[in-house]
Amino acid sequence: MIEFDGVTFTYPDATAPTLDDVSFHVEDGDLCVVIGRTGTGKSTLLGLVNGLVPHFTGGTLAGGVRVDGRLTARFRPRELADVVGYVGQDPLHGFVTDRAEDEIAYGMEQLGLPPATMRKRVEETLDLMNIAALRGRPLADLSGGQQQRVAIAAVLAAQPRVLVLDEPTSALDPNAAADVLAAITTLVHDVGMTVLLAEHRLERVLHYADKVAWVRPDGGVTYGEPSDELLRSDVVPPLSDLARTLGWDAVPTSVRDARRRARRERIAVAAPTDAPLPAAPLGLSLSCLTVDYGRVRAVNGVTLSFAAGTVTGLMGRNGAGKSSLLWAVAGGVPSTGTVDAAGRDPRALRSAAARRVVTLVPQTASDLLYLPSVAAELDRADVESGATPGTARTILDRLGVDLAPDADPRDLSEGQRLSLVLAIQLAAAPDVVCLDEPTRGLDYEMKHRLTAILRGLAADGRTVLVSTHDVEFAAGATDRLVVMADGDVIADGPTREVATSSPTFAPQVAKVFAPVPVLTASEVAP
Amino acid sequence: MRPAHPWAWWGWALGVAGAASLGTNPLLNALMALSIAAVALLRRTDDPWARSIGAYFVLAGFVLTIRLLFAIVAGAGAGTTVLFTLPQAALPDWAAGIRLGGPVTAEPLAYTAYDSLRLGLILLCLGAANALANPKRALKSVPAALYEASVAVVIALSVAPQLVESTQRIRRAQRLRGGDGTGWRSVTRVVLPVLADAIDRSMSLAAGMEARGFGRTRAAQRQSPAVTAGLIGAMMLATFGGFLLLAGDTPQARGAAGACLVAGCAGIVAGLRLSGRRLAVTRYRPDPWTPRDTGLVVAGLVALGAAAVVASTAWPEGFAVMHPATDPLTWPTLHPAMAPILLGVLAPLALTSAPDGGRP
Repeated sequence: MIEFDGVTFTYPDATAPTLDDVSFHVEDGDLCVVIGRTGTGKSTLLGLVNGLVPHFTGGTLAGGVRVDGRLTARFRPRELADVVGYVGQDPLHGFVTDRAEDEIAYGMEQLGLPPATMRKRVEETLDLMNIAALRGRPLADLSGGQQQRVAIAAVLAAQPRVLVLDEPTSALDPNAAADVLAAITTLVHDVGMTVLLAEHRLERVLHYADKVAWVRPDGGVTYGEPSDELLRSDVVPPLSDLARTLGWDAVPTSVRDARRRARRERIAVAAPTDAPLPAAPLGLSLSCLTVDYGRVRAVNGVTLSFAAGTVTGLMGRNGAGKSSLLWAVAGGVPSTGTVDAAGRDPRALRSAAARRVVTLVPQTASDLLYLPSVAAELDRADVESGATPGTARTILDRLGVDLAPDADPRDLSEGQRLSLVLAIQLAAAPDVVCLDEPTRGLDYEMKHRLTAILRGLAADGRTVLVSTHDVEFAAGATDRLVVMADGDVIADGPTREVATSSPTFAPQVAKVFAPVPVLTASEVAP
Repeated sequence: MRPAHPWAWWGWALGVAGAASLGTNPLLNALMALSIAAVALLRRTDDPWARSIGAYFVLAGFVLTIRLLFAIVAGAGAGTTVLFTLPQAALPDWAAGIRLGGPVTAEPLAYTAYDSLRLGLILLCLGAANALANPKRALKSVPAALYEASVAVVIALSVAPQLVESTQRIRRAQRLRGGDGTGWRSVTRVVLPVLADAIDRSMSLAAGMEARGFGRTRAAQRQSPAVTAGLIGAMMLATFGGFLLLAGDTPQARGAAGACLVAGCAGIVAGLRLSGRRLAVTRYRPDPWTPRDTGLVVAGLVALGAAAVVASTAWPEGFAVMHPATDPLTWPTLHPAMAPILLGVLAPLALTSAPDGGRP
């Protein structure tokens, strides 16, 4: 269905090709997951399938990509719209209309389908994606998972043979992500659609995958069975990590497979013992903290205290109040109740003084950057923090990230940008560091590095709060987990205890060895 | 029941606005204003654009107040009925002919009030059309030739809230760096990320539209220059006709104006049809034009026609009632022949029903 034949692609002004001599063939009806480190060309590979690359992006293409027999070099994306449905990373940015029903019809209007056909297909698509209840709702009011399902429905209505999805679940909480992935699986199994999907958090999709295309850092692509490819690839999801640790010859693609194999091989693991969470000295304590947005109560009288030198994870579905809590602690949104960070209340201080007490790295880290180069941003950070010149640069080096001083911050990868913003914020030497959803768009390697950075901050005696949807990251990076729902704290305790007590928050390794509470593959090592 | 066609509301409102422009009788105009307000308030939905009617009331009141104030302070001094006297400012010689203060007479005041009431009424008609017709649905029913322009308008309509949202988000984030949110520097540090954000959004929107087939059915050949030239010619002809109609006062001029208008409009319709053929997009669930929608437009035309008949110079009595004299002051009266005007204004209440889930 999708044939890559000796494809080499180079972006304009680039010295090396992004994709180099790529040849593989996705069979009709397969679900193929595209894996690879951030910045290796996964999105380029997906864009080639519907012609956005090179028609929309520019660049030189050698070799041919055929989709359903059509050569994408010769057809523009709009002429492939009836064969390939393309869903980008952020659905809200790609919506043309403002109501779900109109959005679904939009593609068919462009194809010039008769109104009667459109009406019928809109109804069918609404049912297929299970979004009939949302038909008249404004798109901006929908939750992330609902938006993503509307975006998929909108391309499905044109009845393409191939569906291309670029990180469809990166912004979603685990349940919403499961909804979207279930919908995609239905399309593969019941409709017979060919799906090409890029994803960072492989643990969610691996057991649905028929094939894996691994985009290597050198621009080549290896195509094959998930269990083989993952053993070699530089992308190491938890089960692959486990298989490597235990020396298995194939990567189990689901928890069930791993569990069976572990039982068959009689692998016994001992329950690790953690030191108890320190209770003193207190780095931050909140009492009856409440955040209201108009009539909506985002945080409902939360009372918590955090010991200095610990990393605490905040979890819960989108809209549970995690971000509001962090913003309230940093004094960025109005709140009532008390915030006590070692005797000081950041909300009572001017923003320049508050950031020396509590600092926050927001969800869109790039919002903080406005200067033309990395060096300018770092110098500015020293001035803003009243630190000696070079402080921010030293912190950035200590984070283990090497950025060219004259690089434009907007051209950096997600991980590099996060490190830069973290260095800028840490230049103020705050005692409390909050990170809102930092793992979005990071690959496993970068998440490991972020884990090390957070551990380092805690070892320096800082109090670290991090909100995340990523259970695997939380299992490795945090000492304590706080789970929120509807503005309330519904669970609070050591990470091992909270993460292993419910399947929603359990990492895969914990599920494999349940009821023994192990969290990561390194704890299983024989 | 389906909501009425947005262009039907515009047809009705424009007809009523035309009727309002033909007379200055304050009694009739006040009754018309009440009727328009009744229709707008009873038939509007709860959508954002429907809430704009209040702004038009304020605007009409503002126009009335400002003009009355000017008439009081700098009135021409015509008329004999002195209501009260303001202290008069002595102006230098070069300002001869302008008077500030002095005796305030009833006649010019009444004239100004009548005239501003008429202007306010026309504004109210536009406000009612804005409140009653869903602008997005109205854009869905434009001729195919204007399709691309309507897409641009729809996207522009959604850009403003997005800009507000990203400005708020970025301002909030910048405070985390210690910016206090005032001064020139804080403007540049917000503007740059907002612009970068807007460019990112528009690039992904463009990619999304391209991937979903936008412009796919546009015929490869370019628009023939003859059609473009013909369309422009027809538009100029129609404009000239409109100018003649308003400026000319002889029957010959009116006849020529009518001919130019008809020919120009026919040319525009034909030109739009021809250029619309290049694009074969279809419309999903377009608003059907029902007899009720025709009824709405007819109601507007009835109001306009009745006003034109009563106000015509061929019927001195009617003309006098439509334009009550202000010098000497007379008490304005109503005439039974004005009933069809009000009937036309109020007809939508009988023709349409209150929207579901809207205000009672």
